[in-house]
Amino acid sequence: MGQMTYREALNQALREELLRDETVMLMGEDIGLFDGSFKVTQGLYKEFGERRVRDTPISEDTIVGAAVGAALAGLRPVVEIMTINFSLLATDQVVNHAAKIRYMFGGHATVPMVVRMPGGGGHQLGAQHSQSLEVWYATIPGLIVVAPATPADAKGMLKASIRDDNPVIFIENEGLYNTKGEVPEGEYLTPLGRADVKRAGSDVSIVAHSRMVLLALEAAGVLAKEGIEAEVVDLRSLRPLDVETIRASVEKTSHAVVVEEGWGSYGITAETAATIYETAFDFLDAPLVRIAGVEVPMPYNHNMEQACIPTVEQIVAGAKKTLRKAAA
Amino acid sequence: MAIDTQARDKALASHSQDELRGLHHLMLLNRRFEEKVGEMYTRAKVGGFLHLNIGEEATFVGAIKALQPGDYLFSTYREHGHAISHGVDPRRVMAELFGRVDGTSRGRGGSMHLFDGEKRFMGGYAIVAGSIALAVGTALASVYRETNEVTMSFFGDGATNNGTFHESLNLAKVWKLPLVFLCVNNQYGMGSAVERVSAVTEMYRKAAAYDIPAERVDGMDVIAVLDASRAAAARAREEKTPYFIEAVTYRYRGHSMADPGTYRSKEEVEEWRRRDAIEGFRHRLLEAGMATEQDFEADEADVARVVLEAVDFADASPEPDPAVELRKDVYVGDVPVSWR
Ligand SMILES: Cc1ncc(C[n+]2csc(CCOP(=O)(O)OP(=O)(O)O)c2C)c(N)n1
Ligand SMILES: [Mg+2]
Repeated sequence: MGQMTYREALNQALREELLRDETVMLMGEDIGLFDGSFKVTQGLYKEFGERRVRDTPISEDTIVGAAVGAALAGLRPVVEIMTINFSLLATDQVVNHAAKIRYMFGGHATVPMVVRMPGGGGHQLGAQHSQSLEVWYATIPGLIVVAPATPADAKGMLKASIRDDNPVIFIENEGLYNTKGEVPEGEYLTPLGRADVKRAGSDVSIVAHSRMVLLALEAAGVLAKEGIEAEVVDLRSLRPLDVETIRASVEKTSHAVVVEEGWGSYGITAETAATIYETAFDFLDAPLVRIAGVEVPMPYNHNMEQACIPTVEQIVAGAKKTLRKAAA
Repeated sequence: MAIDTQARDKALASHSQDELRGLHHLMLLNRRFEEKVGEMYTRAKVGGFLHLNIGEEATFVGAIKALQPGDYLFSTYREHGHAISHGVDPRRVMAELFGRVDGTSRGRGGSMHLFDGEKRFMGGYAIVAGSIALAVGTALASVYRETNEVTMSFFGDGATNNGTFHESLNLAKVWKLPLVFLCVNNQYGMGSAVERVSAVTEMYRKAAAYDIPAERVDGMDVIAVLDASRAAAARAREEKTPYFIEAVTYRYRGHSMADPGTYRSKEEVEEWRRRDAIEGFRHRLLEAGMATEQDFEADEADVARVVLEAVDFADASPEPDPAVELRKDVYVGDVPVSWR
């Protein structure tokens, strides 16, 4: 075990997979000579050279399309899209091509590829650079969509994603890159499609993914001081969704708060809420509480932006609300 | 690019003293404004991503001065000087960078999203190449309405590798639109040197694929850019046809404030600084007897005043109150649904 940042954990996963499997190669804008705009690929270009670590022009749609083609030919490309906002230029290749090929061609083709990209806001980058759009991809059959919250999961899930034979959309978060945690050394794989209970508790389930898991854990700490034991369920995988872990948690606690950084309407929380109502309605003691980003394009001004993003306080208040305890 | 000094002298002489002095003043204003913005960023008055255009003044001042009132201008995230040169009040630009209500976008846009519809500064956009397509649209509207307006679209060398760029050139030509494509070739897109990511390293040659007349000019020579842009705008206006200009220039600073600049050598940066557009222009003005050192000092004093006024104005402007401002303007009018 070693302490490392989320960024370092990703870097280690990429490096290990590049070493392990000749068919793994990286592509993306400024991931090579520049070491990546968030430095996730730091040192890899130097170590592996431009055959394995390729700088690309600003051509998102074609980069992803080329990855789909390379995957069809047996490579395992890992594409970095600088941020999820720019992936909108590549949605055609992701949705109409990567996600469809296996089924549409009768199961005769595979597309083993990964598209990595960070989402999230909070850095005053404005409306076009601060979105959490993972749900767009999570609605598409044929894609695996994961969003790890901790360095350990970042490493284990990236390695698992690269080895998976399906197209995987791997969602990072700009606010997570510098966060630290224990990461097992060497061969360490986290299965895709499984949620993880990051904190056990008996009173209320807080269901979240990506950076919101850290807020949920902080909220659980605050609640614990008031005698409320929250269970934090980290979805980790958005598609497939681990229905059983969510259900089991709510069966235990009878209360639920669902959280996401992005917009809630038709969102991840809409899906988790529906899942809870479908599978655990009989166990619920109260309506669940949904917490999500305010539904406006992200404003630049600091106070305005902060007002848009879910907070620890909101999660605490949400837990108390569903527990019918008045907020202090 | 070989420089023919005789031709350059002739080009200079074809402009009035007023115009030449105006170009100097505007380039200097943008230089000092941008330096101040950099300072304000380090003092945390300005947040988010900040892309300074120091070094590129001759390119954008020369190009924008070729436009007339009523002409549309679209830009990128490196756009403070583009806005100011198109007539946007520097005070409102600074207020936007400070995130205040008197900013051009009421503090919601920030450095990358300035806008002034009255001046037809149609916005700074942060999706590379995205605004090129929008420029096709205003040019279409001008033709549709049979007006005499021209649209100018600013974009970088990096943007020319994006599909939107190519589709926009094609459509502008097919529809015969009065659109000047203005490629600011500062030779890098983030850390990527042009030759590492573009099959064709002279951007203007890409226009040939769409049969759009194009030329490459020295983007450190404000007169060269102005003359080429003026001719292009005139042709676009009269003949209803797109035109393409590539101005070769250099950004002295990093891509954004976060860029350590490891992908290029100090010597290279120094070499371009020695070709500084403002310094070079001053020499030419002095030689031609069009200005004196005192004139430059007067300009320095004047732009210092404008920049200070901008900072004072921005400082005095209130922060937007989320309770009032946050949910306004998502839609036009009151939307009769409750959204989250
Ligand atoms: C579609 C898209 N992809 C990637 C980015 C990230 N990005 C921002 S600026 C930039 C480089 C653009 O280079 P260029 O067009 O030459 O303009 P310059 O920054 O040099 O002015 C990149 C890759 C983006 N904003 N939009
Ligand atoms: Mg450039």
